[in-house]
Amino acid sequence: MGMELVVTDLGCARGGVPLLQGVNFRLHEGEALVLRGANGIGKTTLLRTLAGLQPPLGGTIDCPEDQSAYASHADGIKAQLTVRENLDFWASVHGTEVHEGVFQAFDLVELRDRFAGTLSAGQKRRLGLARLGVIGRKILFLDEPTVSLDRFSVKLFADFLKEQHLAKGGIAVIATHIDLGLEAPEIDLEPFRAAYDAGGSSDEAFL
Amino acid sequence: MIALLLRDLRLAVRAGGGFGLGLAFFLIVVVLVPFGVGPEAEILSRIAPGILWVASLLAALLSLDRIFALDYEDGALALIATSPLPLEGAAFVKALAHWITTGLPLTLAAPALGFLLNLKPDAYWFLFISLALGTPALSMIGTFGAALTVGLRRGGLLMSLLVLPLYVPTLIFGAETVRRGAEGLTTTTPLVMVAGITAGVFAFLPFATAAALRINLR
Repeated sequence: MGMELVVTDLGCARGGVPLLQGVNFRLHEGEALVLRGANGIGKTTLLRTLAGLQPPLGGTIDCPEDQSAYASHADGIKAQLTVRENLDFWASVHGTEVHEGVFQAFDLVELRDRFAGTLSAGQKRRLGLARLGVIGRKILFLDEPTVSLDRFSVKLFADFLKEQHLAKGGIAVIATHIDLGLEAPEIDLEPFRAAYDAGGSSDEAFL
Repeated sequence: MIALLLRDLRLAVRAGGGFGLGLAFFLIVVVLVPFGVGPEAEILSRIAPGILWVASLLAALLSLDRIFALDYEDGALALIATSPLPLEGAAFVKALAHWITTGLPLTLAAPALGFLLNLKPDAYWFLFISLALGTPALSMIGTFGAALTVGLRRGGLLMSLLVLPLYVPTLIFGAETVRRGAEGLTTTTPLVMVAGITAGVFAFLPFATAAALRINLR
């Protein structure tokens, strides 16, 4: 039986304010979903909830254990480590190894031994995304992955997603404002906006 | 977990990592005390155990807020939390890395600095052993404090207030060990207390630290 990500009647909140409710979708191997919606609608919150960084307000997330990875614009790059050292660290945390192909896929071959602190914003972003190619996780939750990437790098990333991830049976949920050129369904989060009194969990006010 | 330890140690020794900050602070305090107190050998050797312990406690406190703050700001903490590494393990490793970069150098340097304070020769061994047993507790308690205040801007003051009372038992029994050692009394009881506090702290606080981190990451 194939891997599946099933989200049923999910509600989520940010800082005690309910943002989304009644989100439903089902993704099979090799499928991606693009989240759309205005700023502040709750795309990041939804992705963080899916990744398990915060508890849902309601509903269920059926996701194979230890298969998901989260990536946002804060990608945990250490300026004092080289590109290779950064990737090696995430690889060994996840019990995998860094393959040469990853440097090629993200155009980092010539930057390998540079300190991450000396990279440009776009190069750092590519390094942050290259982490996804290293850790070998099947389900990716991506929050604005293409911020500060030029058109060429966006293409590199879209190719990676299509050929290295989705084609190998991966699943991806992506919040983005641009067209990645994926043949993926999109959902607009506007209809799922939570009613104001949707009832946040009661202890939020004390945290 | 070893990967995280190696990364933290590597970050600590690279530029701007803050390795040696605690040690330098310790050195400065211990060198300045004889100037402030005066050169009378009798007084110095009486206050030496307390000064050495208080100085190493403050030196350990100095670098606590860096334990999680940097990883929180650049997003690495959220990525570690979603990685296969258990957060409890990460908390333990963070404390261990903090101890290796501050507590261990302090422990090794303290006997040499004891000389500056005219510490009695009998007490050198007890100073070393009490610091070796006590400073890991300082790092672990500090890691817990850092986890509680990780999301706060300028949380250093709050963290110091939370952590210092928890440091007191280790300080009392650690300094007592050295004082008794200097006077030739038996040191078993305070030394066992220091070791017991450290063992208890390492048994419980990684779990408390992980719980605090989970709440702060929400």
